[in-house]
Amino acid sequence: MPALTPLGDSALLVKFGDEIDPDLNRRVQALAVLLGSAPLDGVGESLPAYASLLVHYDPLRLEYAEVAEWVGGFLDQAEAAAARPAGQIEVPVHYGGQSGPDLEAVAAYHKISSAEVVRLHTSRTYTVYMMGFTPGFPYLGTLDPRLVTPRLETPRTLVPAGTVAIAGQQTGIYPLASPGGWRLLGRTPLPLFDLSSEQPFLFAPGDEVRFVPLEGADGA
Amino acid sequence: MALEVLEAEGLVSVQDPGRLGWGRFGVPRSGPMDAFALRAANALVRNPPQSAVLEIGMGEALLRATQDCVLAVTGAGYRVALSIWDFPLWGTLFVRAGQRLRLIKTEGGNWAYLALAGGIQVTPVLGSRATYLRGNFGGLEGRRLQAGDQLESGKSAYATEQLLGRSLPPEVRPAYSQEAVIAVIPGPQIDCFTKRSWRTFLDSSFSVSPESDRMGYRLAGPPIRQRGSADLLSEGMPPGAVQVPANGQPIVMMADCPTSGGYPKIACVASADLPVLAQCQPGSGQVRFRETTVAAAQARYRELVHGLEDGIVEAENNAYYAR
Repeated sequence: MPALTPLGDSALLVKFGDEIDPDLNRRVQALAVLLGSAPLDGVGESLPAYASLLVHYDPLRLEYAEVAEWVGGFLDQAEAAAARPAGQIEVPVHYGGQSGPDLEAVAAYHKISSAEVVRLHTSRTYTVYMMGFTPGFPYLGTLDPRLVTPRLETPRTLVPAGTVAIAGQQTGIYPLASPGGWRLLGRTPLPLFDLSSEQPFLFAPGDEVRFVPLEGADGA
Repeated sequence: MALEVLEAEGLVSVQDPGRLGWGRFGVPRSGPMDAFALRAANALVRNPPQSAVLEIGMGEALLRATQDCVLAVTGAGYRVALSIWDFPLWGTLFVRAGQRLRLIKTEGGNWAYLALAGGIQVTPVLGSRATYLRGNFGGLEGRRLQAGDQLESGKSAYATEQLLGRSLPPEVRPAYSQEAVIAVIPGPQIDCFTKRSWRTFLDSSFSVSPESDRMGYRLAGPPIRQRGSADLLSEGMPPGAVQVPANGQPIVMMADCPTSGGYPKIACVASADLPVLAQCQPGSGQVRFRETTVAAAQARYRELVHGLEDGIVEAENNAYYAR
């Protein structure tokens, strides 16, 4: 069973495990859905991550033990419940060139060709395990083991919006221009975060994602 | 009521208590650095607690009333000059149309909150009026304020004379200090640190680094060592979380805290003390930590907030202000 611990005086952390694992993450997402469907007065939002769920609550209205009891009541159901049906999203990507300045370095690191990096990166269906960092940033996993690459030692101060990148076992897409330490493979023209849209976020936790290579001036 | 910004040299932005409900998409809460001072500013002018106010930080601002205004300024590290008079913070003020109000930076804090009776009206984004500067949304066009900006309030449910002469005495405010003692609850990754590191964390004085901002306060002090390199999966993170990267220098997450993080969290700052830490000045403020429990931290936080609700005093004769 997952472990419940306080994180400060106004949040409770439900920890399901220590690895990136689709089954663990499905339980995280299921618990988030269950908590959202039966709100307790004084409980704020819940933040799903790879293998944990952070539950915010208002310490003016609730004590830790009350929140723990409420969350505890859903753990069995979360085990049993399947998360909502996942959306499937195809993400077109210009690999390499200015769009993906680290493509060749990643290929060299693994002693394979750039084309092989692209082939491996587009060969899998990834799960949106969690969202975080900046609005709309999907943490996708897991990479083919032949692509697992450490983060940059010194992060870039500016990564353009739409950049597709990898770090460790993860791949992700920067929705906004921001600093970043991941290895940049390419860029997608899809907006990940658009406040003028009724659905401001392209992804939701639990979605499935495939990358599709785009040919073009910058293409691989 | 309405104000025009004549000068805004600091980090001046519209904030409300914060943007909740979008964290699972990675949207930070934003909102005030000093949540108590925002709550107090709204309470002084009898605004609903969700109302938007002006946050003035790390610099000065000059405002001109374009209509008669009732407002309150709270926080630390500022004083208020209205034509030839100086006013202390934590009280309500009447500003006649045409008068200029200057927020003057002093020692002893970083952030001031100006609440207009009726609340500042800007279009909510994702359910909140708080500005998220890094994301360029919320508040006024998602940016810090600049000369020429116009701010208007909604309609207050109260008459001017019901709002004037109200103030919050010092004994019910947080104990702001530049040698602050901050209560912390041990964090979920405390086992990533040696017992000796935990003692070092509690027994040392840290200075607030100049590289601090609305996202996080970086602390400088003796290094807090980990037991080896813990490869932690990114997980949800609230404001107040104290992350320790491999260099051993703690970072306390503040209002624009990302929703998730991957460094081990040695501790989390008690809600009652987060405003005190927010007001410690980068470059000169000193911080020490003391251990507390969840229950004790919650009790102190309730006492602080209830003290605010019950602690506002009203001058017996406020005819001067209202004339």
